[in-house]
Amino acid sequence: MPLNIVVCIKQIIDPETPMSQFAIDPRTKRQAPGNNPLVISPYDANALEVAIQLKEKQGAKVTAISVGGATTTTALRSALSMGADEAILVNDPFLAGSDQRGIAHALAKTICKAGAYDLILTGCESGDWADRAVPAFLAEELEIGYVGYVTRIEVRDGQVIVRRVVEDGYELIEAKIPFLAAISSDETNTARYAKLRDIMTAAKKMIPVWKAADLGLDPERIGLGAARAAITDVYIPVKESKCEMIEGNTPEEKAATLAAKLRELKLI
Amino acid sequence: MPGTLVLATTKDGRLTRDTLELLAGASRLKEKLAQPVAAAILGTGVGPYVPLLFAHGADQVYRAEHPLLEGYQGDAYVVAIHQICERAQPTVVLLPGDVMGRELGPRLAYRLQAAFVGEFIDFDLDQASGRLQFTRQAYGGKAIAVVQPHVNSVVATAKLRTLEPAAQEEGRTGEEIRIDVALEASQLKTHLIKRVREEATGINLGDAKIVVSGGRGIHGPEGFKLLEDLARVLKGAVGASRAATDAGWVPSSWQIGQTGRNVSPDLYLAFGISGATQHVAGISGSKCIVAVNTDPAAPIFKVAQLGIVEDWKAVATTLIERCRELTGK
Ligand SMILES: Cc1cc2nc3c(=O)[nH]c(=O)nc-3n(C[C@H](O)[C@H](O)[C@H](O)COP(=O)(O)OP(=O)(O)OC[C@H]3O[C@@H](n4cnc5c(N)ncnc54)[C@H](O)[C@@H]3O)c2cc1C
Ligand SMILES: Nc1ncnc2c1ncn2[C@@H]1O[C@H](COP(=O)(O)O)[C@@H](O)[C@H]1O
Repeated sequence: MPLNIVVCIKQIIDPETPMSQFAIDPRTKRQAPGNNPLVISPYDANALEVAIQLKEKQGAKVTAISVGGATTTTALRSALSMGADEAILVNDPFLAGSDQRGIAHALAKTICKAGAYDLILTGCESGDWADRAVPAFLAEELEIGYVGYVTRIEVRDGQVIVRRVVEDGYELIEAKIPFLAAISSDETNTARYAKLRDIMTAAKKMIPVWKAADLGLDPERIGLGAARAAITDVYIPVKESKCEMIEGNTPEEKAATLAAKLRELKLI
Repeated sequence: MPGTLVLATTKDGRLTRDTLELLAGASRLKEKLAQPVAAAILGTGVGPYVPLLFAHGADQVYRAEHPLLEGYQGDAYVVAIHQICERAQPTVVLLPGDVMGRELGPRLAYRLQAAFVGEFIDFDLDQASGRLQFTRQAYGGKAIAVVQPHVNSVVATAKLRTLEPAAQEEGRTGEEIRIDVALEASQLKTHLIKRVREEATGINLGDAKIVVSGGRGIHGPEGFKLLEDLARVLKGAVGASRAATDAGWVPSSWQIGQTGRNVSPDLYLAFGISGATQHVAGISGSKCIVAVNTDPAAPIFKVAQLGIVEDWKAVATTLIERCRELTGK
């Protein structure tokens, strides 16, 4: 029986756009999109990569799902061209303003409606809000095992062995299927670039769009009204610092000056 | 009694600095909200920590001893802290923003039907409404967001190395409450097989007074050996940017920044790191940041106090020699 893997992906404004391109829309109190590209939130792309590698190694059906607006189809299509087999978009105005619990509720219902699942993968944090909450809420709602900061996964005889990054090293953790892992990055899971041929094939695939009503979402849990906290303001902090540049004719001279300075400051 | 509950953690026979930071936050909340500070301590043989928690500001300590609580395991911890919350009825639960707290916080919030605030850097009472509100970073550290919970029960993780640790007050005591946690091995869905430590100099990044850090500009794993030498001479720890950990040059646990560790050393030496906001998010508590980068326009120079525009290698090599001379080793 091949594994059923669901990967939850979120589309965001490219988080690596430089500060000079970054602005807050004073009306919405959110990042002004400007001309910045929309991307799959980086760690979600690592999660997709982990799923696709498992598929290549031992066979799996990979389904990418996302709660988002109409533009999110683009992110799901990139997931398909990377190697996901199916994609589902949940897009409903009732979901606007949902907190992480609302998003997790929609994801949980989508996953159950889509069929049997063995593994659910998410990013360890979204690139825009980094709440680090959706994966935990989702695991709680589905009542399945959950571990965060996972970089590698092995599946053997219905057991999952994950490698999880911790403060002073890493851990190997064993879990039963079904299981949810929130993925962090390392050298083994850098997201691949899609091949042109796969992009063409993905372009022809149907991406169903599901609504709150199709999923039987609990109206008490979704939308702005159900959010347990409000983001009342977002602003760019003013930072002031002046950097003293150390001069000298050679790198050695500069380094020596630095060492002396650090000694003077009693830092070394 | 409503109050603030802090989850305490220990390491090598002491309360962690993370715990002292949380207790400092809870004491500030006590001033603002006039509600007591409680701490929860889980594990086996944790009795000796109780007086330490009182001395650092706890009015009550909930002590839960159970063999399954020895060492962090998510399913066990969430059950235990949930049971403590049912007894203590806290309005605010504070957890450290580490791997444990980031995992546990939202799980607990889900069970308590509480609001969840991830990685706050500060909090205050809203002048207009009098409600508690938190500030936190957003958009990879490019912006600050103000978050106001609507409900009277909040679980929040604190961004580590942001709050000053609570000081010890001799003779301060409080009330100890023993909790018999109902917990069975069958409730645990995951099992630890192995734990591997990867600290190069044996010094923990979060506690280090000096951190030597490298990025993509180091151009490979060999360069990090030199940075390790420098760290050893300086009795510091080695860290890295995500570009360096993602390249596999150094272990992932060395990553400093938004996803990785927060550090607040006296001295942070950044070699070949551009200074992306997600990296800077993890070093902003540092007293002195020194940047060495070939690009004078690199954003790291906007947050550094001292800068050198040079190839990192020549600078690091001379620094090692000089520091050996200066420190007499
Ligand atoms: C959601 C999210 C979370 C993230 N979390 C983190 C995190 O926790 N930590 C983190 O670090 N990043 C994080 N990032 C990534 C971050 O945005 C940057 O991509 C990353 O920090 C860049 O690493 P770098 O500075 O080493 O590499 P680069 O940005 O490529 O910079 C390399 C620098 O080296 C300099 N250089 C090159 N050669 C030399 C030389 N010979 N000598 C001296 N200097 C040289 C260059 O001028 C350049 O400034 C995150 C990103 C996202 C989207
Ligand atoms: N709208 C969404 N649709 C699908 N997955 C999401 C969504 N929001 C968050 N996630 C998943 O949850 C992870 C953590 O997000 P966050 O809790 O916002 O840090 C992301 O990396 C995604 O994998």
